[in-house]
Order: sequence, then structure tokens, then C-alpha cells
Amino acid sequence: MSITVALAGNPNSGKTTLFNRLTGSSQKVGNWPGVTIDRKEGEIKELGATVVDLPGIYSLSPYSPEEIVSRDYLLYDDPDVVVNIVDATNMERNLYLTTQILDMGIPTVIALNMMDEVEKQGSKIDIEELSRILGCKVVGISALKGDGMDELIETLKSVPEKPKPIRLAKASENTIGKISKVLEGDVSEDKLRWFAVKVLEKDELAIERIGDLWNDVTGFIEELEEADDDESDSIVASERYDAIGEIVSKVLVSNKVPGELTVSDKIDKIVTSKWLGLPIFAGVMFVVYYISITTIGGWGTDWVNDVFFAEMVIPGVESYLESIDVAPLLVAFVVDGLLAGVGAVLGFLPQMAVLFLLLVILEDTGYMARIAFIMDRVFRRFGLSGKSFIPLLIGTGCGVPGIMASRTIESERDRKITAMTTTFVPCSAKLPIIALIAGAWFDKSALVALASYFIGILAVLISGIILKKWPSLTGTPSEFIMELPPYRTPGPVAVVKSALEKVWSFVKKAGTFIMLACGIIWFLSAFDWSLTLVDDINDSILANLGNAVTWIFVPLGWGTEWQFTVGTITGLLAKENVIGTFGVLFGYADIAETGEDIWGIISSMVTPVAGFSFLVFNLLCAPCFAAIGAMRRELGSWKATGAAVLYQTMLAYAVSMIIYQIGVLAIYGTFGLWTVISFITVAVMAYILISKDPFGQYRKRATEVAI
Amino acid sequence: MIMTLKDVPLGSSAKVVKVNAKGPMRRRIMDMGLTKGSTVFVRKVAPLGDPLEICVRGYELSLRKSEAEVIEVE
Repeated sequence: MSITVALAGNPNSGKTTLFNRLTGSSQKVGNWPGVTIDRKEGEIKELGATVVDLPGIYSLSPYSPEEIVSRDYLLYDDPDVVVNIVDATNMERNLYLTTQILDMGIPTVIALNMMDEVEKQGSKIDIEELSRILGCKVVGISALKGDGMDELIETLKSVPEKPKPIRLAKASENTIGKISKVLEGDVSEDKLRWFAVKVLEKDELAIERIGDLWNDVTGFIEELEEADDDESDSIVASERYDAIGEIVSKVLVSNKVPGELTVSDKIDKIVTSKWLGLPIFAGVMFVVYYISITTIGGWGTDWVNDVFFAEMVIPGVESYLESIDVAPLLVAFVVDGLLAGVGAVLGFLPQMAVLFLLLVILEDTGYMARIAFIMDRVFRRFGLSGKSFIPLLIGTGCGVPGIMASRTIESERDRKITAMTTTFVPCSAKLPIIALIAGAWFDKSALVALASYFIGILAVLISGIILKKWPSLTGTPSEFIMELPPYRTPGPVAVVKSALEKVWSFVKKAGTFIMLACGIIWFLSAFDWSLTLVDDINDSILANLGNAVTWIFVPLGWGTEWQFTVGTITGLLAKENVIGTFGVLFGYADIAETGEDIWGIISSMVTPVAGFSFLVFNLLCAPCFAAIGAMRRELGSWKATGAAVLYQTMLAYAVSMIIYQIGVLAIYGTFGLWTVISFITVAVMAYILISKDPFGQYRKRATEVAI
Repeated sequence: MIMTLKDVPLGSSAKVVKVNAKGPMRRRIMDMGLTKGSTVFVRKVAPLGDPLEICVRGYELSLRKSEAEVIEVE
């Protein structure tokens, strides 16, 4: 009896918790076609039923990808039952979605969640009456506590009848009737009401669907609008809520004293207050960062890298392979190539796991929404929103979890822009590079580090402005209408599960790519063109390639020295490699972490300005393969990821070039072709920043490179 | 003079008269419960001066002042 159940409900209604309870470990995460939204599916073992978890939505409008994906699923994928989860402590707004689901004529069961909170509040809900009015079964549950689960599953054993839609006012229902008559035959009978109401609401997708029939119904709609002196979408929305208001007054006996502050409100009085809000926020961010990057997460990562891999896995695998007489070359490939790649991936895991755990806690308790609320004003100026702040902060530790943290941003456009710009902020792996440059040319000045972070943040903000104007990203306007859910204590199991899920999905998607890339770079650095092993990396294919392309970076001031180019390329593996590569190239295999040994050497190779330009390029250009893998996960396609990496590298090139050329002009008076080009580049960038639609002419090509 | 949600003093309530927006924002505003005739309570403003936190239909909603501006109230 394989029925399909669609699980739908508002964000923050406990849908994920319910989904976990129903499907346990049978969950699979995939993707909805065409969008970067997770599609979760699972099985209710007791019923042999498949549950599809629809994205959390407030309504079924034609605008956001989450809503479109949901309505398309409900309209065209024919689920047998819809389980609509409704937050009992917030019934009015939750039932708004319900009215739309009921319009669809699909058998529906309402899971009235958070009944435990209702009880605690001292309020009462007449579930039977609600069930009677809505015409479908209502089961009171507490997904968190596990109450009512058996009853819910029991209810799903027999497929319920089709529900009755919730009627609007007489005049509107009249108009709906007239529209329905016109649409009869064009849409299936079950969905007739749904389409009629949506058409009345002037829903774009519905209008598109009925084609020419639209002309036959506009008259009816205008009639209604005249009679009610209001626009039809406003009429429908108001009347839905009016009907809901009536229903709620009949079934809910609330113990809430109007005007009395809830516990949540009281907490917010302090947490989002004018004076304490920001300090508390800074404190929370510091704690998250401290625990995940510096202490617990950091210890874990160090252990994985320095102990687990360096002392256990690598020697272990090495000696095993040697003991079974595997060719030394193959051993080298496995150990230095593949394992290095695996190590690169696994090294992140402890930090990522801890970080995600803390982030999930912040999200599930409801604090994350407050962060966005507090930070929005800063980010709004640059076309993003408050929610973009967290990925950037995490990115100062490691870009990989930082990019993944952009998940929490609802707006697809903002999410993508944030994912693309997170790595501009220097991560901890870039610190050695900063130390190298600061030590070699700038007398270890702390200003170098300060400038690095400053340039990074500037790059993020400027990119926010520039990328928002890119045609494929202009689509949905950045809006900030956001619910501030009540504070809740999350269930520990759900939290841990959610965190592990995120970590695992990274390992799967990004991991394979990273391993491959590492293997390739190893190969290129170990062999020469005749495919014989080299003793001196200077003779390898990599060095050769470095030499061959180094001219590209001449305008940046350091292209004259191929070692810098090779260093940058190996930085793609992991930014720390830049130091290590210099070590190998200059004969210091055991180079100090800050590159102290070679400060004298490199400072005599290029000028300080060039050194700084090299730093900026490495800070802003394409991030390490692990981060690229994480971006792929968020952007959804290799094409988009390629475009993003191209953007980052181009920005890095432009900024480094400008810094170098204008720098030598200012300091040495050197003027040349590239100086002119730099000024032109500055002008172009200024134009893009200021102009309203700089990419207009390229709109067609730009949308093909849709990010 | 037309009063909008942005003009409502902190700590007071108002009734929605009209939503002067188009497209996705209009839809969003109405979907979240800010419909003609609904009562909203302006609870506070964020530490940096924007956005606003309002109470509507029994829950807390935040929106920017620029978004509140399109909502006519009385």
C-alpha cells in the first residue's frame, strides 16, 4: 500500500521534527529540479508510505522558489495525502496556508503541533470542532515530545476523504463560481476551485496556465473589485483571514492576556534591546567562533591533521602498501596524492561539525532570526540582508563551513551572493600568507593583517552591490519581511541529527571533487613531461606550467618570478600550501609556518608593493578546492560555480593590479601601459557600482550564465 | 495626510487600511497577515534603528521601515 504523503507547513512549525519522527533513519536528501532547495524524502515504516517533505512556506504564492516547488508538487505530482502541520500556538497565520491547501481538494490531515505548549499556556483547543469545521481529521501532536504520533499514523492508515474548502464572503464565492464555470474542462475538476481562487487573486502562474480564458474572467473580477472597493488579491487575503479568525474564535479558548508579554517577549526585551542587543550579539558570536574554530573544533581539526593523519593513517597506509610490495610510485600516489586529499576533507570535519552544531542550536532556538534582525541595517546598504553576516563571520575561521552556513538565508539570490563572497574574508589558512608578506616586506607590521581583513570585507560589500545587478540574480527583490519565532528549546536529538546531516552532505558532494583535484596536483608536481618522477620540483610539470603562465601576473608585479605563480596555484589545494610550496621551491622543505626562512629571499625578488599585491591576489582569488566544492553545493551547478570562481579571480586580478600599478606610480613614479589600464579598470568598476543597470546590454548572455 | 506603518509610534497600535505595493512584496505582506482591517502593534525597533518588530495576528514579524512605508494605516 505505497501511498505518498506530502508534508507541508510554515517554517518554525516543527515540520522537520515531525518529519524526523515519522521517517527516522530512512531519510534521503536530494534536490528539487532546477533549484537549490533540498528535497527530503523518507518512509513511514509502519505504513510503507513515502513522505515528501515540502519546503517550509507561509503561502502558495507564485514568487519564491520554495512556494513554486510546493505548489507544483501538490498540483501535478498527485500525492495521496497532505499532512499539513499547524503550529497550535500560532493558529491564525498557520491556517492561512491551510486554506490554500484545502482549496486543492487533496485529502488532508492536519497535525496540530506544539500542543504541549498550548497546555502549558493553559489554553484549550477544541480539536473535534476544528475537525468538523475544516472537514478533515485534525490530530493534536507534539512532535518534540513525541505525543500523538501513533494517532497520526493511525489516521493515515485509511486515506481520508477530500476536504471541504474554507468559504470566503458571499460576493467573492459568487465570483469564484463564475470563474469556475469558465475554467471547467480546462483544468481538472479537483483543482477547479484552486485555480479559480488563484485566478481571482490574479496569481501570475495561474493566469499563465489558463491562457486565453483569462479574458473571459476579468469582467467578473472587476465587478467584485468595484463592489468591495478593493483589489481582488487584497479581498481574498482579507477574507481568508476573516474566515480563519472566526474559526479560531470558535475553537480556541486562550489563556493569553492580551498585552501581556510572553517569555519570548521578555527575553527579547533584553536580547534585542537598544543597548544590550549588540553586545550580547557580539558575545554570542565570539562564543560560537571560540568553541568551534579555536577550542573544541580547532583541537579536533588539529588532531585529525597532526595525529590521526600524520601519525596514524599515513604511516599506517604507507607501511601496509610497502609491506605488500606495491610499487613505490603507486604508494606515493595513494599517500601523497589521494590521502592528502582525504586529509584535506577530513581535516575540516571537527570544526565543521562543532560549528554546525552551534549554528543549528542558534537556528532552532530562534536566536538566528534575531541576529538577522540586528544586523540587517548594515547589510541592507549593500544589497544583502542581516542573515549574510553569519557565513562571513564563520568564514574568518574556515570558508567551507562559512559557505555552507549561507543555507539559512531564505532568499535564493542573497544565498548565492553570500556563498560567492564568503571567501573574500581571510580564513585561518590565509593567516600564514599574511604573516609571510608582513614579515618579508613590512617588518611584521600588524597593519598588513588589518588591511587584509578590511580589503576582504570591502570586497564582500562591493560584490554585494555588483552581483545584485547581474541579470540572473536581480530577480526577486531583497526583502526583509521575516518572522521572529518564539524562543524554543530544541530537542537534542534533532539538533545533533541536523548537524551531522549537514556535515555528511558536504563530505559527499565536495569530498570527491577535492580528492580528485588533490590527486591531479600531486601528479603534476611529482612528474615531468616525460612522465618520470622528479627529485626536484623545479623540473615538474607544475613548475613548467607555472613558468609558462607566470607572464599573466606580470602586471600585478610578481609575475616575473614563476615561483610566486606556482605558489598561488598550489594555494588552490589549501591556502596554507603557499608557504609550503615556497619552502620546497627555495629549498627549505621544512619551512617555518610564517615562512621566516625565506623572508630575505623573496623580499629581494620583488618590491614591497608587488608583495602586497601578491597577498591581495591570494586573499581574494578562487578559494581552496574544498571551498569551491562547498560553493558548488550551494550554487547548484558547475557552470554557476565556474562563473563564481571566475568572478572572484577577476576581481582579485583587478584589485591586485590596481594596487600594484597605482602603488608603483605613487612611490616610484613608474608610469606605463598597465598604469593606464588600471585607471580604466577603476573607472569601469566605479561605473558598475554606481549605474543602475550596467549589465543591461549583456542581459541575454548574462542570463545564460545564470548563477 | 496618509499615515503609514512607518509613522506609527513605538508601543502603539494601528489598523491596516491599504497595501501600496505591487508584485512579490505585496503578496508577501498580505500573506503574512497584514491585510485590510488587521490590527498591528509596533513593538520595537532594532538596535541600529531598522528594522521594526511588530505584532500581528498573534505573532512577531519584522520588516524594514522601507517596507512598512507601503502599508497605509489609521
